Amino acid sequence: MQSDTSIAIHTRGLGTTLRQDKWWIYPALILFGLTSFLVYGFWSAWQADYYWYDAGVSGFGGYLAPFYSPLLFIKEGVAGAAPMSHSIFGAWPEWWPQWLPPSPSLLILAVPGIFRFTCYYYRKAYYRAFTGTPPACAVGALQRKRKDGYRGETGLMVVQNIHRITMYFAVTYIIVFFYDAYLSFFRGGEFGVGLGSILILGNPIFLAGYTFGCHSIRHLVGGSRDCYSCSMVGNASHESWKLVSWLNRRHELFAWISLIWIVVADLYIRLVSMGVIIDPNTWS
Amino acid sequence: MDKRTFRVYRGDNERGELKSYEVEINEGMVVLDVIHQIQAEQENDLAVRWNCKAGKCGSCSMEINGKPKLACMTRMNEYEPGQTIVVTPLKAFPVLKDLVSDVSWNYRQNERIKPVKLAPEAKTDRGYVMYQKDVDRIQEFRKCIECYLCQDVCHILRDHDKQDAFIGPRFMIRVASLEMHPLDIEDRLPELKEEFGSGYCNITRCCTDVCPEHINLTDNGIIPLKERVVDRFYDPVTILRRKIFGPRKKKLPPINK
Repeated sequence: MQSDTSIAIHTRGLGTTLRQDKWWIYPALILFGLTSFLVYGFWSAWQADYYWYDAGVSGFGGYLAPFYSPLLFIKEGVAGAAPMSHSIFGAWPEWWPQWLPPSPSLLILAVPGIFRFTCYYYRKAYYRAFTGTPPACAVGALQRKRKDGYRGETGLMVVQNIHRITMYFAVTYIIVFFYDAYLSFFRGGEFGVGLGSILILGNPIFLAGYTFGCHSIRHLVGGSRDCYSCSMVGNASHESWKLVSWLNRRHELFAWISLIWIVVADLYIRLVSMGVIIDPNTWS
Repeated sequence: MDKRTFRVYRGDNERGELKSYEVEINEGMVVLDVIHQIQAEQENDLAVRWNCKAGKCGSCSMEINGKPKLACMTRMNEYEPGQTIVVTPLKAFPVLKDLVSDVSWNYRQNERIKPVKLAPEAKTDRGYVMYQKDVDRIQEFRKCIECYLCQDVCHILRDHDKQDAFIGPRFMIRVASLEMHPLDIEDRLPELKEEFGSGYCNITRCCTDVCPEHINLTDNGIIPLKERVVDRFYDPVTILRRKIFGPRKKKLPPINK
């Protein structure tokens, strides 16, 4: 029989808990998953090369790595760069700082990056895994030493409220990614299918599953209404809300599938463009 | 028949001890049964609050092996044979004695929330044509049994002692149930943001995880409220729309003929 132990019921401190289960597994997996994504993402964006593959065939079609889409500017003469015709604004700008690599990815990563950073699901994930507020339910949170203590999302993190604004822009990326998928089914104007096409097509599909399950979209399509049967558009609003709610219940699932898929697709196209692996396809 | 060791908190708000008890477990027992057995056979002055033993009154909230749970709904066969069970009172509230916490702070929060306000044209004795889809969301919140497990697990109250700044998840969903009510025209968003501290919630979803009524507090209550706050104070598109077209007039359900 165990002896009686003295205990202060209101003890505080990171990790303080009477839980006996393996509560640390979830934050550890998140820490590993998100850190791996960030390391790969920044590494890939920093490379500034091997983001395009068309097997040297000119004309409509080719694979564009998702981390580099859309191509706002293109630096010519870079290994594995897309043809200039794919650039929205033309040649690489001269004002670009020398110390930064001329990577189209660095110009466009901010919007999807901030969209995910401020996402209600990812907030749970990284607040638990990175900031320990709290690491798990009923496990002691990291104590704040400043005078006013914990401020949640009322202090610096009030910035989380820009999620809605980034959502407006993030939706446009899905359209761009679907165009990239369409592009990937052609090479030199000829229709075909490659493993790269499938990977590039999966990207906007899973991304749409994630984005259209967003809490902000759920609010805008119907969540903001108090009565669906009181107006002409109420029924349509309620049906849309139910559809978004279905996706919203799977928001975490789509968040991770889309995150892993984009890394796999990006890495695959980089390796194909570098000639490290050969893309199985119907063209060759 | 199986023998188990229970370690139960005995003490007050400042200090106490985890006292060990050997108990015999029969098939079908829940943790509250074991506590009652200890009270009947070994420790007559062990304080525990309980009432319905059916998971509907929300009285027997406590922490079992560190997790906020209803003792009457926690079956003994959830635990491994031979596993020691540690039972402590709710950590976020002052302990009165042993397993009984003083949850009266919650009652005061409830009083701060503005009640339903009907539009003058909505006042009638005939009732309204109410469709299920219009009340689905608020009916989910009405399942709340006020066990305050969500309040207990919320780290803002539990670890950061922000009782003066944050009203807690249970009352966030009470505000949500009023804000989403088809007949209510009261505006609670300014105090939701400032006095009730909606911004303190960082969406770590523990309130949803511990709810014995499986209410999705986070996705269906707290986040929709935070989105309404974004509508009002942060989204330039909705702010501009309101500036140009004015606030959206609430359309009410039809009155019964």
